[in-house]
Amino acid sequence: MPETTLLNSQRPPLFCPGCSHDSVLKVLDKVFVNMGLAANQICMVSDIGCSGLFDTFFNTHAFHGVHGRALTYATAMKLCRPELNVVVTMGDGGLGIGGAHVLSACRRNADITLLVLNNFNFGMTGGQCSATTPQDAVVGSGFLNRLDLPLDLQKVARAAGAPYVAVASTYQKDLGAILREAIEYKGFSVVEIQGLCPGRYTKRNQISPKSIAEEIAPAQEFNGEVKENVRPDYGQAYRAQAAAQRKVPRPAGLQALYKPPQEDGRQTVMLLGAAGQRAITAGELAGMAGLLAGLQVTQKNEYNITVLRGPSITELIFSATPIDYTGITQPDVVLALAPEGVERRYGVFAQLPSQTLVIRAAGVELPETRAQVETVDFKALGLNKLDWALGSLAVMAKMNKVISREMLQAALEARFRGKVLEASNQVVDKVYAGAA
Amino acid sequence: MALTLMEGNEAIAWGAFDAGCQFFAGYPITPATSIYSAMLQLLPPEGGIVLQGEDEIASMGYCLGASMCGHKALTATSGPGISLYSEHISFAIGSEIPLVIVNVQRLGPSTGSATRGADGDIQFMRWSNTGGLPAIVLAPVDAADCYTLTIHAFNLSERFRCPVFIASNKEIGLTRESVDFDALEKPALVERVVAPEGQPYLPFRPSPDSEVPYFLPIGGERISRQTSSTHGENGYITTSPAEISAQIERLERKLVSAVDSYSFHEADLSAGADTLVLTYGVSARAARQAVNELRGKGQAVSLAVLKTLWPVPTALLRQLAQGHKRVLVVEMNLGQYSREVQRVLTGHEVQHVGQMDGVLIKPSQIKEAVHA
Repeated sequence: MPETTLLNSQRPPLFCPGCSHDSVLKVLDKVFVNMGLAANQICMVSDIGCSGLFDTFFNTHAFHGVHGRALTYATAMKLCRPELNVVVTMGDGGLGIGGAHVLSACRRNADITLLVLNNFNFGMTGGQCSATTPQDAVVGSGFLNRLDLPLDLQKVARAAGAPYVAVASTYQKDLGAILREAIEYKGFSVVEIQGLCPGRYTKRNQISPKSIAEEIAPAQEFNGEVKENVRPDYGQAYRAQAAAQRKVPRPAGLQALYKPPQEDGRQTVMLLGAAGQRAITAGELAGMAGLLAGLQVTQKNEYNITVLRGPSITELIFSATPIDYTGITQPDVVLALAPEGVERRYGVFAQLPSQTLVIRAAGVELPETRAQVETVDFKALGLNKLDWALGSLAVMAKMNKVISREMLQAALEARFRGKVLEASNQVVDKVYAGAA
Repeated sequence: MALTLMEGNEAIAWGAFDAGCQFFAGYPITPATSIYSAMLQLLPPEGGIVLQGEDEIASMGYCLGASMCGHKALTATSGPGISLYSEHISFAIGSEIPLVIVNVQRLGPSTGSATRGADGDIQFMRWSNTGGLPAIVLAPVDAADCYTLTIHAFNLSERFRCPVFIASNKEIGLTRESVDFDALEKPALVERVVAPEGQPYLPFRPSPDSEVPYFLPIGGERISRQTSSTHGENGYITTSPAEISAQIERLERKLVSAVDSYSFHEADLSAGADTLVLTYGVSARAARQAVNELRGKGQAVSLAVLKTLWPVPTALLRQLAQGHKRVLVVEMNLGQYSREVQRVLTGHEVQHVGQMDGVLIKPSQIKEAVHA
């Protein structure tokens, strides 16, 4: 047998005498009953304030959260439980606090319903101004509400992409019909319901059901579906997109197929480049080359948050035994490809022993060092600056230091396909064809 | 053996995936973004959900909604994001919502340095909720730990119905290393216990012989009620001091009394050593190297690596410290966990070794501290 009410017999409604919320609660209950919904087909989601009592007063699934954030819970619930009717109640306080979520919900278009119970002030805390308080109202925030323009939710929601927007009065006879249309609407529906707050607002301000009706009459002409915002709801669209995504294979790993040039002990490489040189990718390739020789590898990176500017440094350790500390103080090989990277590790050069190999890109100035410096003119080899980092790996391989050509080649084949692989191979070929 | 080059963040995503995570919401932030990117690759093709929140507050809100619908949920951020998560962390703790929160720490305070590592949020994660109730914080050392501890984190969040933090660090999250992926330790999965049928459901009454309530998902057959407000067993607001204290003390007790069962750690103790090097996170790697080098020169030194930081594994700390005169706490901050060690090990000399300059603590610094 269908329910005659979904209100909570254990927690009967309790609002201030004359509170508009009490009327909305009862209208909403009737709507649910008329729609034939069972208690477990609905979740009432609310936050803080008098509108936050709705979840308690309904005997349905209920979620009461922190101020202004109800839309976030509701959105996720609808995605996780597509069959559930998710109805959010929020006050004008929560509307202001959670403004970003309101905008986002409009843009997102999850199939949920937002009821903003607008009584023009923060009732529970003493009638301070909210985002919807008129400038000429007398409220608990002194003169401050005279300075801010009240938010027009209808305009904002329409502009932000909500496909169903309505403004209503608590006291209009057909409020139930509007609420039902909103709940049944497939997509994000917003209804602003204006009403009286006898506890805080009506004592000092001229407002009545009649004045509300007059005030909202022009806006009500736009109630209903917003044609330009009509589109599939988020859940539907999400599921379609997700189903088209390809599954990611589990990491298969690289088998050790080669012998490293230096078989025992540990080798450390410091690549000092600049953003845009693909230094981090080159580090990954060198690391993969190490794996292909059965070595343990760590790759520690350093770069600024700015994109395409500043130093880009990658530090690699290759070892036959497990690697603990990932830092490098005395690298075996330094690839000095850009002044930005060299400057960031300036202090390292003075400490380098004579057996360290520094591969320097022509034109990059180095601090004083005892290390063995090999200069490579990448430009003369016909390499674009983007490829210098990969080119420097090829130089290392050509000198049979840390990685071999076959290790590098296999790493490229494991990492790249098609045109990228072809272009990468050409970089290696150019280095090998060069004079150095 | 086939090795994969994997960064800590990626290992966390795979750990979450293998733990049965079905929901991720996050907001891009260096150095945590690659967890979001990886989850976006992993979950949608398997029917899971990934949302990019409009901000961090929303991301946590999405996770709470999803978790209450019965999904295992994950979010990932860095220190600035944890600040914004805070109100929802309190909600998750107080209202017993399972959730895993990854904090890939970066150098603070505030915006700080996005691409520099630190362990500066260790106390912050513990105290990031209003009310000061405990949270579980696990600290990985490397990519392998990132994988395994993430599964443990999901298990603990399901078992205790609480948020669990992974205290990672830029130096773990964005450092790639060789991993034998198929050989990684994969703990058996634990799921939240659904309320038995045929009896009235009280959402916050602990199940028999337990400190943790049964779970009912929102949207399920039976009605489920959730609230961020102070509540009694029935999930309604209460003003009864007896009901309030029963609930709140249980929230503390359920985690603290069981910590011995999840005090993850590595102990590498040396007989006759005066000094115990006690550490966690990425600093454990320098400490291992330092201790090995010292031992190579004939010096007896003990090493312990904590992987459960909160609640403080008090019994474990006492057991590890036994027989040592001095405990050196090595951490990438100005002495946050040292405070806890000092508090617990009152009979020991406790010294802090650390720094906050975005640079890893070097093995040589630890060796010097041992010699000092």
